[in-house]
Amino acid sequence: MAFDKMELRDIEVWDGNFAAAQALRQCQIDVVAAYPITPSTPIVEGYAKFLADNYVEGEFVMVESEHAAMSGCIGAAAAGGRVATATSSQGFALMVETLYQASGMRLPIVLNVVNRALAAPLNVNGDHSDMYLGRDSGWIQFDSYCPQDAYDLNFIAFRVAEDHDVRLPCMVHQDGFMTSHTAQGVHTMDDDTAYSFVGDFKPMNDMLDFEHPVTHGVQTEEDWHFEHKARQHNDLMTKVMPKIQAAFDDFKTLTGREYNIVERYDMDDADVCVVCMGTSVETAREVALEMRAKGIKAGVVGIRVVRPFPFFEIQEALKDVKAIAALDRSAPGGAPGMLFNEIAGCLFNTDTKALLSGYIYGLGGRDLTKKHLVDLFTELQANVDAGKVLTPLQQFIGVRGPKLQFL
Amino acid sequence: MANTGWDEFEIGAMLRTFEGSIDDIAGTLQEDRKYTENSSFSASVADWRIEKPIFAKDYCIDCQFCWIYCPDISIISRDKKMIGIDMDHCKGCGICVEVCPTNPKSLLMFPEQADEETEIAQWPAKETKEK
Repeated sequence: MAFDKMELRDIEVWDGNFAAAQALRQCQIDVVAAYPITPSTPIVEGYAKFLADNYVEGEFVMVESEHAAMSGCIGAAAAGGRVATATSSQGFALMVETLYQASGMRLPIVLNVVNRALAAPLNVNGDHSDMYLGRDSGWIQFDSYCPQDAYDLNFIAFRVAEDHDVRLPCMVHQDGFMTSHTAQGVHTMDDDTAYSFVGDFKPMNDMLDFEHPVTHGVQTEEDWHFEHKARQHNDLMTKVMPKIQAAFDDFKTLTGREYNIVERYDMDDADVCVVCMGTSVETAREVALEMRAKGIKAGVVGIRVVRPFPFFEIQEALKDVKAIAALDRSAPGGAPGMLFNEIAGCLFNTDTKALLSGYIYGLGGRDLTKKHLVDLFTELQANVDAGKVLTPLQQFIGVRGPKLQFL
Repeated sequence: MANTGWDEFEIGAMLRTFEGSIDDIAGTLQEDRKYTENSSFSASVADWRIEKPIFAKDYCIDCQFCWIYCPDISIISRDKKMIGIDMDHCKGCGICVEVCPTNPKSLLMFPEQADEETEIAQWPAKETKEK
């Protein structure tokens, strides 16, 4: 190979951004078309530096916007390359038009989304507004809780996305600043091991196959559009989860690190639990353990795969619990939070009598503190004791001013 | 094709232009190429047209101007001889008529329903330029 390999220690001190950049290097991405935006910029900067230093054989395409960045990625992926980029917040919002193109064209692009609030008011800190904005785009969405996850899930994302039975783009989410700029010990793979997990890129209907010319991104009207969307949804609903599980299994065999479509912590005998995503999962796990010392059987469910939504895995994880809090870190815009709605949809029509309440928290990078979670678990236990939800179904946590609650 | 279900086509918003693999496509005439049913070449867009060009061969000097200028590759020319118009893909823009240098013009625009033989039979005479 024409490029140099990098010697890594078994454990490196990396933040989430650098961990993702290292994963892109080790996957040997052919094309990164990117436009900088806080807090995701160091990911593509990192790739560019690795490229300049001859640690990658590829192309870095500087473009004039995030719309152009994803458009460049779509072109490169249709041409037949391994493609990735990164973005956040407003950049993600500008990309949305092309996200639907990428998934509809079944192109296996990996997009690192460093989650950040959406303006206005302008805010560079982490919440899940951009992740939620992408949830109907037909992409697969993985969620990281820490830099280790951001590193590992990139490899898993390429493995799943590029599978010829899947051929759908993947987002790997991490919390802006809390994960992206917080350095932690990250267990690494050496370059050969890492590359062997994703393997050589196998093109499919690529435009550079001159013997079989193809038109990508064709127009269909009422005669064909519905069939294409149906096919895409069918594949998301039936083909993706088994491939993700297989990738998780292989990854565990390779590294010893275990990922699950839905992560369960202390859920075996839990009476009350919170369901959340991102760095909040780790805070909630710590508080749940402390609640157990106080006699409240608390557990935590972390969503690892946001899309396709793990309908049956959530049903299974929550079937025996008595009270559930759905924590949404995105302004719900006149509705219950996304997780509240999805979980309600999972549990409706089942035998569970679990009490479900929703909480909106952490907008614009507002901290979710241990105190918030202690109060929350205590409230859930009170619901269990009373046999009904004692509060409105939607409450805001950590916002100043009079108590904000609805429904 | 018309009754194909959602589970019966290749994934992606993707269509193949040719049946099987191709070799020297630039050296193969259109009529000899194996276009797929899905290729835009196989689809008629004649109904986009309101006016159509009619070609009067008697006046044509095979200068190829119309062939060069046609934006839809709808002028059919073989061995540098203009032999007709691809009426499945011509949009009736009139550029071929505009660039035709003969006197009278070898191409003129007519309403879509005009009869080709009738119009050629009453084709305009050569214009004498007034000095």
